[in-house]
Amino acid sequence: MIVGAGPAGLTAAATLAAAGAGRVEVLERDPAPGGVPRHCAHGGFGAALLPWRPLDGPEYARNLADAAVRAGASIRTGVTATGWPAEGPGPAAWEPGRPEERVASPAESLTLDVTGPGGLERITARAVLLATGARERPRSARLVPGARAAGVLTAGELQQSVNLYRMRGDAIGRRAVVVGAGPVAPHAARTLRDAGLEVVARVTEGQPPSTYRRGLTTDRVPVPLLAWTTVTGLVGQGRITGVTVRHRGGRTGTLACDTVVFTDDWIPHHELARAGGVALDPATRGPVADGAFRTSVPGVFAAGNVLRGIESAAVAAREGRDAAYAVLRHLAGAPWPSRTVPLVVEPPLLWVSPNRIDAPLARRPFLLRPAEPLGLPVLVAVQDGRLLLRTRRLTALDPSRSVRIAPHWAHAVDPEGGPVVLRTR
Amino acid sequence: MTVTRSGPLPGAGDDSAPAVYDVAVVGAGVVGCAIARELARHRLRVAIVEASGDVGDGTSKANTAILHTGFDAVPGSLESRLVRDGQARLLAYAAETGIPVEPVGALLIAWDEEQLAALPRLAEKAARNGCHDTRPVGPTELRRLEPRLGAGALGALSVPGEAIVCPWTTTLAYATQAVLSGVDLHLDCRVEKVRQGDPHRLVTPRGVLRARHLVNAAGLHADTFDALLGHHDFTVTPRRGQLIVYDKFARGLVRHILLPVPGRLGKGVLVSPTVYGNVLLGPTAEDLDDRTATGSTAEGLAALRAQGRRILPALVEEEVTAVYAGLRAATEHDDYRITAHPRQRYVTVGGIRSTGLTASMAIAAHVVGLLADGGLELGPERPLAPVRMPNLGEAFTRPYEDAALIARDPEYGRLVCHCERVSRGEIRDALDSVVPPATLDGLRRRTRARGGRCQGVACGAAVRAQFEEARR
Repeated sequence: MIVGAGPAGLTAAATLAAAGAGRVEVLERDPAPGGVPRHCAHGGFGAALLPWRPLDGPEYARNLADAAVRAGASIRTGVTATGWPAEGPGPAAWEPGRPEERVASPAESLTLDVTGPGGLERITARAVLLATGARERPRSARLVPGARAAGVLTAGELQQSVNLYRMRGDAIGRRAVVVGAGPVAPHAARTLRDAGLEVVARVTEGQPPSTYRRGLTTDRVPVPLLAWTTVTGLVGQGRITGVTVRHRGGRTGTLACDTVVFTDDWIPHHELARAGGVALDPATRGPVADGAFRTSVPGVFAAGNVLRGIESAAVAAREGRDAAYAVLRHLAGAPWPSRTVPLVVEPPLLWVSPNRIDAPLARRPFLLRPAEPLGLPVLVAVQDGRLLLRTRRLTALDPSRSVRIAPHWAHAVDPEGGPVVLRTR
Repeated sequence: MTVTRSGPLPGAGDDSAPAVYDVAVVGAGVVGCAIARELARHRLRVAIVEASGDVGDGTSKANTAILHTGFDAVPGSLESRLVRDGQARLLAYAAETGIPVEPVGALLIAWDEEQLAALPRLAEKAARNGCHDTRPVGPTELRRLEPRLGAGALGALSVPGEAIVCPWTTTLAYATQAVLSGVDLHLDCRVEKVRQGDPHRLVTPRGVLRARHLVNAAGLHADTFDALLGHHDFTVTPRRGQLIVYDKFARGLVRHILLPVPGRLGKGVLVSPTVYGNVLLGPTAEDLDDRTATGSTAEGLAALRAQGRRILPALVEEEVTAVYAGLRAATEHDDYRITAHPRQRYVTVGGIRSTGLTASMAIAAHVVGLLADGGLELGPERPLAPVRMPNLGEAFTRPYEDAALIARDPEYGRLVCHCERVSRGEIRDALDSVVPPATLDGLRRRTRARGGRCQGVACGAAVRAQFEEARR
């Protein structure tokens, strides 16, 4: 059973069904399969498959869903996995810095409660793949103070409003400010323009994104970018009338606007995982997982953006495919590791995924995300004082993009040893 | 059954067809709606006149959602009596109408010797307020009752009668029952002037509303309205309370309402579960001049987080679902300011602070008595129209969990808002209800849609589409 019909879930379903894994079912709470690409009118999807004609998001989503169905998987939409039965393992405690290893018996863990228009169901599977994706953190979770007024949304809500529900012009607003400078911000600005709004500015607390520095903005009409600038509050009664900002140098000001779009702060949809007692990693806020996408609960796998927040659809789809092979090995009787070695990062690194190492199976590259821009850093991995990796990156690290670290060094990890620490020298 | 939001008021501008109400209640907050509902027991023509577009849109929508025992009121005060009476009435009413209430109890936690020493006095004060079931809790038992409590708590006073309640459903239940029982509710109808006489004439942008008796339940604006009738008995000083709502995963961290021991610096910050399954941290207490300043501030949120980290360290690691600020209608007086002006056929219900939600039904009964003393002929009582409110409480069966309900109507199995698990059926019902929402925020207070951890990232567009379709 696969929860979530986005790029990871659908690719896993197609791979599993094609390999004859038996009955493969995908649960999707949205009315249609496809996940986030379904809301993305912009092109560039699926370039790995069709380099001569990259697709737009909805086409890509349809292709993935068609492929899964053709392979023999069934996709059930409008159906929500609401949790694990009451006798299941129960919610995991959130222990910052100390993710607990918690193992429930497979019989308990692999049954999900489901609500749909057809009623309530309790579905049991031999393996569950969590592919629940990620969401943007809204203004409240970012603790942006000020007025609680209409006109505040995230890029995800904006894209759905414009691309799925065809809202235009005043239905959204007139003048917008986009907060964030990561990969989604230009798409948000473009969506706003397509809907007929004026985009007043993009605001980012950090330095200008590298695309800006290199003049490679994807905006058709460049949007003024205010870098090193913090949004200090929202102003308005009933409807937003402005955003107050403070520049690094201390200058303050107000940007007049009636719409504010928050982008580029992602958190995994980890609710189902957490409700099932699946251990979470405090850095990624997604399930702890090893290179074979295995979580702390036997039989429960996790792949795609639920593991750490946003990566591209191509990364999620590739993980879905690789996770399918791991699920097949599990169904064929491969043992679940009783112990894996935690991989933790130290600041200024933000997170790494996978974050558990099962040394014999360390074949998958690691995705690493820094918390701040780093110029050509030396990365070091250490276990119990023993140096496992020392490598100089030949490109700068950017907090809005992950880098891949080849896994060869992880074979040397002592399976009985302490946590492996990844840090900059 | 009348709810209006636009157009001329009944009888306005048409003196040949007089539409004179027996009573006009100004303000559709929890207190105004409770008073109108109480009046609806009698064959009277009653109107509620509200400046905003929804009921409970001012102070009533943003509070700490606690059903108080009144244990810490000033003994002998009107507030003490009405809170105690109101708690019993609202508990019974909640059971009858389906307003979610959870009797979780409260712990007043002492973090230093001075606070510990204050607990016996608080227990004695509680007894004088008719709350006799408080008891001291030692540090070991406290740790057992609240295992996630921060280090350093020396002891507590248990107040088992304190409960949590849904403030939105309470106000809406009163309004719904009043309207079903014949009360006219005029929203988006700000009173600008009062021409006194018999009847009084309330001048609004939508025309003149005539009423023989007036009730001032204008909350933050009660003193302004009082001035229109020549009274200057008190001044409302809005006291802002900022609150942080934590995600549902935080609900397991706390079992009781964790109250601070009131000290020289005011009542302090509490941590409380909510009936929606979240955890509240707040409020701040800031005296302001601006009666519209319902924004949060960086300093306020930082201060709350610092306090929260001490009370329940794991709490501040959880995701924040929402941040809001409410304004309490504080005055320079310690007690409620409920004053009858019989010669003017007018009752002022001012200075109703955070206990007003609990006391609302008792305030209503008290005010109806004052109106009768002032010459309002109540006549015989009649039964109110029965109401049953949709359940927003996480501790009770929600539609998405109700197999029989979904079998009857699959729309209850079609979830739109995933964080709060709100179905299309519930949104449809709210849009089609006796007092329908005028805005998406009004819809949120009726269904919880868009109120969850993603604040509309996943459902905002879909909820809005359904909302706008229903309004066409």
